[in-house]
Amino acid sequence: MSPIRKATTHVNQNEGLIFEKSSPGKYAWKLPELDVPEVDPHQALGAAARGDLGNMPEVSEIEIIRHFTRLSTWNYGVDTGLYPLGSCTMKYNPRVNEVASRMEGLAGAHPYQPEKISQGALLIMKVLSKCLIEITGMDAVTLQPAAGAHGELTGILLIRAYLESKGNPRQKILIPDSAHGTNPATAAIAGYAVENLKSNSAGMVDIPSLVAQTNEDVAALMITNPNTLGVFEREIARIAEILHAKGALLYMDGANMNALVGKARPGDRGVDVMHMNLHKTFSTPHGGGGPGSGPVVCKQILEPFLPVPVIVTKPNDILALDCDRPQSIGRVRAFYGNFGMLVRALAYIMANGADGLRQTTEDAVLNANYIRKKLEGCYDLPYPTPSMHEVVFSDRLQTKNGIKTGDIAKRLIDYGFHPYTVSFPLIVHGALMIEPTESESREELDLFIDAMRSIAEECERDPRLVLEAPHTTRVSRLDEVTAARKPVLRWKPKEQPAAAD
Amino acid sequence: MRYLPKSDAERSVMLREIGVRTIDDLFAPIPAEFRVKGDLNLPRAFAESEIVDYFRQRSVENGAGYTSFLGAGAYSHYRPVVIDSLISRGEFFTAYTPYQPELAQGTLQAIFEFQTMICELTGMEVANASMYDGSTATPETVMMAARVTGRRTAVVARSVHPEYREVLATYARYQGLPVTTVGFLENGRVDLKALEKAVTDATACVVIQSPNFFGAIEDVAAAADIAHRKGALLVVMISEAVSLGIVKPPVEADIVGMEAQSFGVPPSFGGPYAGVIATKEKFVRQMPGRLVGETHDKNGKRAFCLTLTTREQHIRREKATSNICTNQALVALMANIFMTVYGREGLRELAKHNLSKAAYAAGEFGKRAKVLFGGAPRFNEFVVETKQDPKTINERLLEKKIVGGLPLKKFYPELGNAALWCCTETTTRAQIDAVVKEVA
Amino acid sequence: MVVPHISPVLGDVGKVQIAHVCQRRADVGHPHKKEERKMNYPSELKYTKDDEWLKVEGDTGVVGITDFAQNALGDIVFVELPKVGTEVTAGKAFGTVESVKAVSELFAPTTGTVTAVNEELANAPEKVNQDPYGAWMIRIKLKDKAEAGKLMSSADYEKYASERG
Repeated sequence: MSPIRKATTHVNQNEGLIFEKSSPGKYAWKLPELDVPEVDPHQALGAAARGDLGNMPEVSEIEIIRHFTRLSTWNYGVDTGLYPLGSCTMKYNPRVNEVASRMEGLAGAHPYQPEKISQGALLIMKVLSKCLIEITGMDAVTLQPAAGAHGELTGILLIRAYLESKGNPRQKILIPDSAHGTNPATAAIAGYAVENLKSNSAGMVDIPSLVAQTNEDVAALMITNPNTLGVFEREIARIAEILHAKGALLYMDGANMNALVGKARPGDRGVDVMHMNLHKTFSTPHGGGGPGSGPVVCKQILEPFLPVPVIVTKPNDILALDCDRPQSIGRVRAFYGNFGMLVRALAYIMANGADGLRQTTEDAVLNANYIRKKLEGCYDLPYPTPSMHEVVFSDRLQTKNGIKTGDIAKRLIDYGFHPYTVSFPLIVHGALMIEPTESESREELDLFIDAMRSIAEECERDPRLVLEAPHTTRVSRLDEVTAARKPVLRWKPKEQPAAAD
Repeated sequence: MRYLPKSDAERSVMLREIGVRTIDDLFAPIPAEFRVKGDLNLPRAFAESEIVDYFRQRSVENGAGYTSFLGAGAYSHYRPVVIDSLISRGEFFTAYTPYQPELAQGTLQAIFEFQTMICELTGMEVANASMYDGSTATPETVMMAARVTGRRTAVVARSVHPEYREVLATYARYQGLPVTTVGFLENGRVDLKALEKAVTDATACVVIQSPNFFGAIEDVAAAADIAHRKGALLVVMISEAVSLGIVKPPVEADIVGMEAQSFGVPPSFGGPYAGVIATKEKFVRQMPGRLVGETHDKNGKRAFCLTLTTREQHIRREKATSNICTNQALVALMANIFMTVYGREGLRELAKHNLSKAAYAAGEFGKRAKVLFGGAPRFNEFVVETKQDPKTINERLLEKKIVGGLPLKKFYPELGNAALWCCTETTTRAQIDAVVKEVA
Repeated sequence: MVVPHISPVLGDVGKVQIAHVCQRRADVGHPHKKEERKMNYPSELKYTKDDEWLKVEGDTGVVGITDFAQNALGDIVFVELPKVGTEVTAGKAFGTVESVKAVSELFAPTTGTVTAVNEELANAPEKVNQDPYGAWMIRIKLKDKAEAGKLMSSADYEKYASERG
């Protein structure tokens, strides 16, 4: 095996499920003395009173600390090292963001508390709104959507409401075959049919196909720019023109904004509405799969349809929430948005300033191109078009020994890295999608490049090493087939006691 | 910029190795006329200490240190300190979605435990690894019921949280799913007779909330009966998760939609929260959201992985059960730790404290004003009708740094000067006594 | 991240076929190479270009998927079949078959009414991999027996399968 320069082996604790450590009489809580008369649940609730809580765990505080600490050591995070997942933008999650969001008046604020004592939160939302509008070159914004897919739905509903106000919501949405799965899923929920749009040989939107398929039945095109190949859609202004000429709108999936912030603005190029992923571009933590936040920015024509409530400034600069918006699409969620993530995003923007954001974008693109240059000899580049903040290779040069992109990804784990994105976008057969982000030093990039080169060599020299990887993790490849055939989705005690009533 | 681990010298070397002269050469794919000239019009860079000061100031302007009697879908419970210690571990905090299970067993096992505990508490057989929140879980449960039954209408009780109903209306409109609303009675519960009339054999599901928006506990068994007789499903929404410690779980439901915010998640001006959907095993393939399953590796070691992923957007795309991609994992982890800290005995005691505090407060309010909906059992919220407009009362209270109950006129105009009050285990007797005095 | 998948696209831009699965192989190789065995196409059956087989028994048609299809799909984890009494139309989807990371639609070879559904596959979907011609999926009361004549013979299908590799 080649010398592996990064720490790889995972702490091998055999930590069971919390229920397996549970035992009656152990406890980790203590409530204050009850200062009001105790209520008898059976008297107060009658038939609605509950018996005992069955198999809920009973453990002590130290056991809880150890349990979750041990579990955490089995994970890999951005804090551990480079996380090259494409289009996920796994950048550093600044810790000052956490301090900001945990301030008592912000973390403890109830969404329905009076306006008078909500000026702090509303100001944060207003300042962030202005920043997002400036960054994207748009006119209006909603911070309500809880995540990217939620933002997509909101954006498409805005388009629908606008077209309805013009007399015809139309029936279909065009989606490039390179798009993320949330795009067609979202279109379906918004009540639209999905029509596929082919990519051309450069991996970009095929203009002749777009012209042929754009008609008065098309409500919008959902585009990602740069696209999922990491390539900038040069023709974006022309694409917007083609759509607008037939009364259709251009929606942009903002997942790849990390290539554009401070360098180019989608609103300047004909995009009518887009969502942002604060958990990608704006450093809010991924947390193992969420929470996210997906604000939507749009042009003035869509502003009347924004979800309620909208932040307004009253006389004397008092900020307020306005629900009196007759053309609004309604609410897409209760309350106002993932406020805790909005705080973090604003803290990130403030730490950077305008030039910091621009420098961030430049470093992101620099890092991706550096990787591309260094690996283009050993991995196949399916498209010659220049990459922005992410690069897509394919496994074509490795498949002759039966090795696929997924195998290479598993072997990368042995070198101390998290895998890149496997098999996406779908238009590339056997894709390896790599987005380093700006958070990587040259040293970390070189370690990654060395690892990938070493694996390419192993694919020739010793394929089994790659095919049977990973070798250094606590668990080896899992039987996902049995997990799908006979799903076991919860723990059950060995002897089944009477169900909690 | 201090988050960027590169010196200008390193940047130059890298540019040279790539074979370009300047960084802007790498931005050449963007037509020059679209590139931003100079820098954007944004605030200048702040020092870390200045950032902390800025948000501290906002916190002061945001009611830090006030006593609150608000509930209505967001609850102020004490958060055990181990929650933040543990979720701040970088391996949980900065990890991605567990698509590569060998490197994510921590997240996966934690979610598996979460799913198990939700089943135990709700009386359902399977639970997912969370939706965005309770309000968006509502339309997701209805769309799920539509898939299961093949029917395209729904009936919802007006005693369900008004904003949950608004979100349902937004989603339902574009799904071609007409929703009928059924009113409530003098005891605050849904009108079962009206429900009976509204449910037809085109109804996919009935949606109720228990405890409902007014704090009243619904007759879940009766609602289930009405729904099932017409072949519809019963969906029960739960917005105050702590109630499950003392209130009988809705075992007669087919689908439970829950907001887990009460379990150790700060109210945070409305988000992030974590919604959950739990259901019977036979409906699992129609359930949206991530699911973690148990399996083993090739050496027979127990392990966990995402499973039944063919339901989801990245595979089924436009035929997916939902477009949802995220799963609020970190928030669900907070809830997980909270449930583990309190556990079997603690959750019950916690709920008892809530029940007792609210009962005491309702009793005291009853001496000076009218407490509505007395005919049904309630958990930790109750509605008080005063002679004075609750807005005026609240203005008075605010000067004393107290946030009074939520005036209900904007949601239920017919209730006049009514307000929704909530007491949790953090509310003291002294606070209750002080606030009741102010209410005339 | 994941997957080769088959996306059923609405409208007339394209339709989902099991054939597409074969073009998108699984994203991981096999550490223990499967025995290179010859694919099997019983001669008494008829075949569709969507990789279903049809056995005509009087005025009933029995339907399943071919050896080529099960091999391309990989380990099958779930089969979704219609209820007895459902009308199916030649060339239109009647169900789906799932592997861990992909979903494919099943297309009816002929038109008719479903008279029986193989309940065994609900608990043992792996039977489709083990014995694709024994693991029938649905039985159809044929509307028009002549439709079967339009399908491919075993020799034609074998040729068609080998072209797609």
